[in-house]
Amino acid sequence: MSRLILKNIGRESAIFSFRVILSILIMGVLFSFLAYRLAGLQITQHEHFTTRSKENRVKILPLPPPRGLIFSRDGVLLAENIPTFSLEVVPELAGDLDELIVKINSVIGLDDDEIQRFKKEVKRKRKFEKTPLKLKLSEEEIARFSVNQFLFPGVTIATRLVRYYPHGQDFVHMLGYVGRINEKEVKRIDKANYSASSYIGKTGIERSYEPQLHGQVGYQQVEINAQGRIIQVLKREPPLPGHDLYLTIDTKLQSIAAKALGERRGAVVAIDPNTGAVLAMVSYPGYDPNWFVNGISSDRYQTLSQSVDRPLFNRALQGQYPPGSTFKPFIAMAGLFFGVRDEHDQSSCPGWFSLPGGQHRYRCWNKSGHGGVNLQRSIIESCDIYFYELAKDLGIDRIHDYLKGFGFGKVTGVDLAGEAQGLLPSKEWKLKAKETSWYPGETLITGIGQGYMLTTPFQLASATATLSMNGKRVIPRLVGQTEDPATGKSGDLLSETPQKTVEANEEDWELVSQAMRDVVLGQRGTARKIGMGASYEFAGKTGTSQVFGLKQIAEDNMAKDQIPEHLRDHALFIAFAPLKNPVIAVAVVVENGGSGGRAAGPVARQLLDYYMQNQ
Amino acid sequence: MINNSRSLSAKTHLDIPLLIALLLLCSIGLLVLYSAADQRMDVVIRQITRIGIGLTGMCVIAQFPMRTIIRWAPWLFGLGLIMLVAVMFVGYTGKGAQRWLDLKFMKFQPSEVMKIAVPMMIAWYLNEKPAPPSFQSVFMVLILIAVPVVLVAKQPDLGTSILIAASGGFVLFLSGLRWRIIFAAILAGLAAAPLLWHVMKDYQKQRVLTLFDPEKDPLGAGYHIIQSKIAVGSGGLFGKGWLNGTQSQLGFLPERTTDFIFAVFCEEFGFLGVLALMALYCFIILRCLYIAKVAQGTFARLVSGSLALTFFTYVFVNMGMVTGQLPVVGVPLPLISYGGTSLVTLLLGFGLIMSAFTHRQLMSR
Repeated sequence: MSRLILKNIGRESAIFSFRVILSILIMGVLFSFLAYRLAGLQITQHEHFTTRSKENRVKILPLPPPRGLIFSRDGVLLAENIPTFSLEVVPELAGDLDELIVKINSVIGLDDDEIQRFKKEVKRKRKFEKTPLKLKLSEEEIARFSVNQFLFPGVTIATRLVRYYPHGQDFVHMLGYVGRINEKEVKRIDKANYSASSYIGKTGIERSYEPQLHGQVGYQQVEINAQGRIIQVLKREPPLPGHDLYLTIDTKLQSIAAKALGERRGAVVAIDPNTGAVLAMVSYPGYDPNWFVNGISSDRYQTLSQSVDRPLFNRALQGQYPPGSTFKPFIAMAGLFFGVRDEHDQSSCPGWFSLPGGQHRYRCWNKSGHGGVNLQRSIIESCDIYFYELAKDLGIDRIHDYLKGFGFGKVTGVDLAGEAQGLLPSKEWKLKAKETSWYPGETLITGIGQGYMLTTPFQLASATATLSMNGKRVIPRLVGQTEDPATGKSGDLLSETPQKTVEANEEDWELVSQAMRDVVLGQRGTARKIGMGASYEFAGKTGTSQVFGLKQIAEDNMAKDQIPEHLRDHALFIAFAPLKNPVIAVAVVVENGGSGGRAAGPVARQLLDYYMQNQ
Repeated sequence: MINNSRSLSAKTHLDIPLLIALLLLCSIGLLVLYSAADQRMDVVIRQITRIGIGLTGMCVIAQFPMRTIIRWAPWLFGLGLIMLVAVMFVGYTGKGAQRWLDLKFMKFQPSEVMKIAVPMMIAWYLNEKPAPPSFQSVFMVLILIAVPVVLVAKQPDLGTSILIAASGGFVLFLSGLRWRIIFAAILAGLAAAPLLWHVMKDYQKQRVLTLFDPEKDPLGAGYHIIQSKIAVGSGGLFGKGWLNGTQSQLGFLPERTTDFIFAVFCEEFGFLGVLALMALYCFIILRCLYIAKVAQGTFARLVSGSLALTFFTYVFVNMGMVTGQLPVVGVPLPLISYGGTSLVTLLLGFGLIMSAFTHRQLMSR
């Protein structure tokens, strides 16, 4: 009771009223502050936020241009774009992801890799962004999922165009492949034009014709919701598809070349000497370019890159081999041009040759010697002694200056990236590269296409074409025509006229061509078996290039069949047909194939046979 | 007219002006909710049900005179504490916090009960004590506040624990807490701020940091605030119109039916709409404070006043957080945000206030 007396109701009420009024004042200040800030957002900064709200809602979506198709000259489709389907998940809409994975697994099946990759990617992305769960759905998987789609909110099937090479490895070394754009490439490409593209040409034609194949990106202005789903399309600028390419390759000739080479490491190149059109180009072994399109597994890549057969290596374009005796017709032309030899001048071949005052014996392949040989016989029977002497009399610099015209020692300029240069040695080159002076003995072995001399099969075919055209030369090309599928307009890339790059008298050309004819068609030719039964006239030259020095073999006293396979000689063969107004020039290299006539010659013959009958 | 409404008030024990304002607010809430919830009627109907339950409860409570209600205070407080402890052990976990008790027919958030139980308990405790409260009383009251606040903060539910602390604090303030204690508390609070920073969980620190620079992490922590500000700012003076807010309709605004529903309102009804809404809130708060002032008895006065100020705190914290002035704490916009327990307890609170007004004995004035 006494406590009640202590309570002063009046005072309490007064305190209360005062505190309420104080509260109202404080609330008034706070609300005013809030209203002031709201006015700031809604009136002062209204325009800024309107823009941002529009940016949120209206997205410019780039539309990828369909990549140009690649056809062969005879109209066979070599590279196409096929739609692939992938299962994509918006985690925010899909609910419990572990449960989802179990459910989807029961419908279409998922492997552990896919689940791991998905979980990783989900963590990285925002909850309302699409994440692919399974790539490359099969028809059956699509059907199974579609029937059950109502069970899976937030899961959709997305379509993308993916590059596909229907012939697998048959054309891989010329087509190359596309792959996902990597960090290095991002720096060099036009970002706007590639904003919708995920692939870029990595090697081969896919790479060298990237600008033509890619096309021009299109745009679509869309209204989207926060999940990124398109609500409506506001504006659309369609992409311009990439240009289709028509190769100069004849698929039948190509498959004959591939079959003829069989499962031997090597390369075959066939060129039309008049236009530079590449008619066939084979490098064996190869690989399936489709493996690379969506990223190759590291196991498979390891296997490919560490294989001793080097399947990733394009032997036709990048393989550098000593030309061996196939070099002799070209040296002969130099000898005739500089007047060092005429058709009657003879060398005497006892089976070896030594430089005056020198100890070393440079051997002829024919140990018993050819006796007296003139220029023609030296080519037909491939006498090394004749060419040691000729090279000695020419000197390395005259050899270098004259043979440059055939394209040795530099890239042919073919429309493929990554071409190797080969090597046409000179005194100047040796001083620079080896920092020592040139030795006379090195001139001798250059005369038979050994020593420092290196050439690619492509270079060799192109040089043979130049020889067949009496010194006129065209830059070889793999793509003959481009066609813009939007307008139907086509561009001809084979209109170049041959340029004279090697000077010589008409009779001299005639002399060397005849000698090469007799290599395959004459009684004493080193490749007379190759020419047997031919219904047309053609020219050829065998070559055998050393992997393992002859001297060493002699020292080790090894029998030929005891030499390990990878140390055996490379077999080479060059040919062109017909003799007058040639239409095809061929170079064949069979790695560790042994004799050029036996291993490489038949390959060339089969190409010529088909082409001469069917062109 | 005035006489009519007075007599109606006396018969129904409801305060008609307050009731009209509350109904108006709930109706606006339903309109905004319909828009924010992608025009889904089922969501709106569920909210109507809750409003119905809340209003019924409000009417029922208003029928009891304060002298009856005061007797419930310790029991309600005790029950609330028991449930808070229970939730720690058998609570239902959602959104990373253990806040709910599953009562089979509905999920129930005991912390919400505390928003009423704490001011009632403190007002009950101070009812018969002289004002201003003695140090001893203040100490006791602080304990009464601290126990539930700590329990709720542990769930963790920072927003609700702040509101509970505020509702208790307001009772103290209105009861005439001495100024030197108030200033001392403010100073102590400022001094303890760095300490508080250490106690805060990482995500809470993140929210405070985000407030200062939301653009630093626009897709992560800053996303809510940025999208919310875009919604508010792009609404402009007149708004984009009901159902036409792109930020909300296209789903850029997260939590748009619950804590961020004010952003939807701002976007669709603009600054003028906001002013009208604030005016309506002000009317409700002022009406309640008026009732508190004329209410009879310390308990009625303190409870009504405290609930009115808590109501303001709701509004201010929610609006401040949606406009990026305050850190993101889970405080709904009262009577508009979608959500069950909070809506019902708010309306029950208004039942208490109405009781304080309509059961006055006129002769004693």
